[in-house]
Amino acid sequence: MTPLPPFQTVLDEHSAAVMGILRGAVGREGAEDCFQETFLAALRAYPKLQDASNLRGWLLTIAHRKAIDHHRARGRRPIPVAEMPEVPVENGMPDLDQGLWAAVGALPPKQRAAVALRYGSDLPHAEIAAALGCSPEAARRSLHEGLKRLRKELG
Amino acid sequence: MKTTIDPGTIEGFKARAAEEGLLDVAYTSADSPFGALLLAKTRRGLVRVGLPNQDSDQLLVDLAERVSPRVLEAPKELEEVRRELDLYFEGKLDRFDLPLDWRLSGGFRQRVLRAINRIPYGQTRSYTEMARRAGNERAVRAAGSACGSNPIPLVVPCHRVLRTGGALGGYGGGLPMKQALLELEGVLGESPAA
Repeated sequence: MTPLPPFQTVLDEHSAAVMGILRGAVGREGAEDCFQETFLAALRAYPKLQDASNLRGWLLTIAHRKAIDHHRARGRRPIPVAEMPEVPVENGMPDLDQGLWAAVGALPPKQRAAVALRYGSDLPHAEIAAALGCSPEAARRSLHEGLKRLRKELG
Repeated sequence: MKTTIDPGTIEGFKARAAEEGLLDVAYTSADSPFGALLLAKTRRGLVRVGLPNQDSDQLLVDLAERVSPRVLEAPKELEEVRRELDLYFEGKLDRFDLPLDWRLSGGFRQRVLRAINRIPYGQTRSYTEMARRAGNERAVRAAGSACGSNPIPLVVPCHRVLRTGGALGGYGGGLPMKQALLELEGVLGESPAA
């Protein structure tokens, strides 16, 4: 069993990835609160964590759940948009477009998480699978289904 | 692609963690005339002082294993410790008034350290005397190693323990530091060979 590193190390190493997926999943505003909720939940559970070999996957799973909670609390509905507007790009990262991300937010949880992890956090399939607790195949499928649905919704 | 995070978000998380009682070990680093110190406390009190020549990353890993993995950098929690240490280094404080957490030392070692903690400012004692005070006069070597393993140096003043005859003995922070601390307290130069 790998011993648990000081939580500060976990925070230093993975906060950017967690913030990345949260901004993708709930937008910039909600991300701040979801970020704190994610790390509070992680800190609560941390001493009893059995396996420290994939802390990043563990944190991303928690973040994913917090994003779902956030959407539930907001009672978000999909906002249909006619076409995907051009989005100005800053620092190589597209600015979060409300229409697009609202549509992402309306996807079923697995598809939404897969899309957010792939395009919000730029994670490879293997890591998406680890974060979702499924096989890489299943992750690829969720991503594919999610994208198909988005294309349909956004025309 | 680098995601930047507002420092306020991280601070907010830590404040909420403290509020919820999740800050098992709070630490910070603090300047001293000898270099950077690592200060760590639990809810019971000061648990660890890392001296400048010690590897603070390793100390934090040890704390995570021996106390709790909920170890977070939280300078605010250690303001009082820093304040008293600053005053001490300026020669303006001759007695620390800080709650201590002794959990990193057990049994005989802890008894030795508690005895050391009662040596007044500006005075010295021998390893033999510390062994006697801890209940076993013959365990001089064990008393010496208890000093050497002191998890809370400076505040628990193991630098005030010398060899019988007055030789400096050892110090975790290096002998020059021990000497400088004794000079600060006005001990050295008076009767080092008594």
